[in-house]
Amino acid sequence: MAMAEKASPNSPILKNAVKAFLIGGLICAFGQFLFFIYEKWGIDEETVRSLVPTTIIAITAVLTGLGWFDDIAKHAGAGTLVPITGFANAVVSPAVEYQTEGRILGTGAKMFTIAGPVIVYGCGTATLYGVIYYICSMFLGA
Amino acid sequence: MAQRQGRFVLKLPNKPKILATAAVVGPKEAEGPHGPDFDNCHSDDYVGQETWEKAESVIHKEAIERAINKAGLSPLDIDMVFAGDLMDQEIASTLGIRELNIPFVGLFGACSTMALGLALAGLMADTHAANYAVASTSSHFCSAEKQFRYPLAYGAQRSTTAQRTVTGAGAAVVAANGPKRAPYIDAVFLGRIRDLGIKDAANMGAAMAPAAATTIIDFMHDTGTTADDYDLILTGDLGKVGSTLVRELMLTRENMDISKVHNDCGMMIFDLEKQDVHAGGSGCGCSAAILCSYIYKELEKGNLKSVLFVGTGALMSPTLTQQGETIPSIAHAVLIRSGC
Repeated sequence: MAMAEKASPNSPILKNAVKAFLIGGLICAFGQFLFFIYEKWGIDEETVRSLVPTTIIAITAVLTGLGWFDDIAKHAGAGTLVPITGFANAVVSPAVEYQTEGRILGTGAKMFTIAGPVIVYGCGTATLYGVIYYICSMFLGA
Repeated sequence: MAQRQGRFVLKLPNKPKILATAAVVGPKEAEGPHGPDFDNCHSDDYVGQETWEKAESVIHKEAIERAINKAGLSPLDIDMVFAGDLMDQEIASTLGIRELNIPFVGLFGACSTMALGLALAGLMADTHAANYAVASTSSHFCSAEKQFRYPLAYGAQRSTTAQRTVTGAGAAVVAANGPKRAPYIDAVFLGRIRDLGIKDAANMGAAMAPAAATTIIDFMHDTGTTADDYDLILTGDLGKVGSTLVRELMLTRENMDISKVHNDCGMMIFDLEKQDVHAGGSGCGCSAAILCSYIYKELEKGNLKSVLFVGTGALMSPTLTQQGETIPSIAHAVLIRSGC
């Protein structure tokens, strides 16, 4: 085992971290840019708050469909995984891949194979947080 | 009739011939250092099919048909085919072979399948149970990613130890009798499962290296040979990590330096630096394509006299990996000699 670890090269962590920081930052800056643009067009803030992620999801979905997203993500790593782009890609990529098994058992059933756990534990954590918040607010009267 | 030599080696005294071989690959393999050696290189990963699985079955069938043609035979002459691939239920083999009307034996040995098939075809031809037997395997990058890893368009980063599944197929026609100059199978060795506790499915080279070392050591013990007795010890496909490990294991266990005669199909099929394939190639089609093209040609010409082909397989299952199991590995060996 020790021999195997020695022979197995590690990932270039620093290089990966810098690339993730730059590309991830770029995506966030792009989001902020969209925010300004939409606001400038006179859209109210609440709508803009859903419009920005929706736009980024749509762009990711198109890039995934074209097969370009994985080429970017290969370099970006966490830079594309952490923003909403990662989630959108996780839903669209199996949907595309499993088309060959049909709309229902292919695309429909397999769409959430990667994103499923995020949804399950995301909702679970949100529920738990809600319960804690509810109990606390009962006692604190907030 | 095959004779047992030592504990594990099966010597084939009738020297079954490898009459012809063929290798068919995809576009990425065509760009590799052995691109010109392959019989056909497809520019389209889909090979004109609708699904990856069907594409793999098409190249599998093509490799078999080309090998049979090159041997001057027709599928009707073939007594049995030993074939396998990486897909569940061996679908690339069964889909590819169903129209050929040849008695079919499906094998699973992961990336070691070509060596296993060749060993069995050799045994059958040696006993004259088959006048002509075919050994063939295939793998496809896209169908393997789909089955074992993530969808192609998913933005995952690959580990530095990961190997790239080769899109390719290879087939060899083994005959009980044949021209004296044809390369022949001198001995075969069926491997035992080794597992030294590697759990990382992205480091299969490390998982397979102990199996390869055990097979090479036992083969040499049984035959009373050393590394100097071979022109080439060809493992397939340990990749970069596994190749380093098998050389180290041979040094520490046997105090034998095999580095001068050792090469690995996973390191040969791609240009590791230029083609961004991390630790090299893998998959049933990798060792099959290299053996059935470049290596066979060198044996035919007599540039290589004796090749110990050690097919290594990580018998990995996504289900068992998820259950926390380690990766069992195996290595089968075939000693091929030039007829020149």
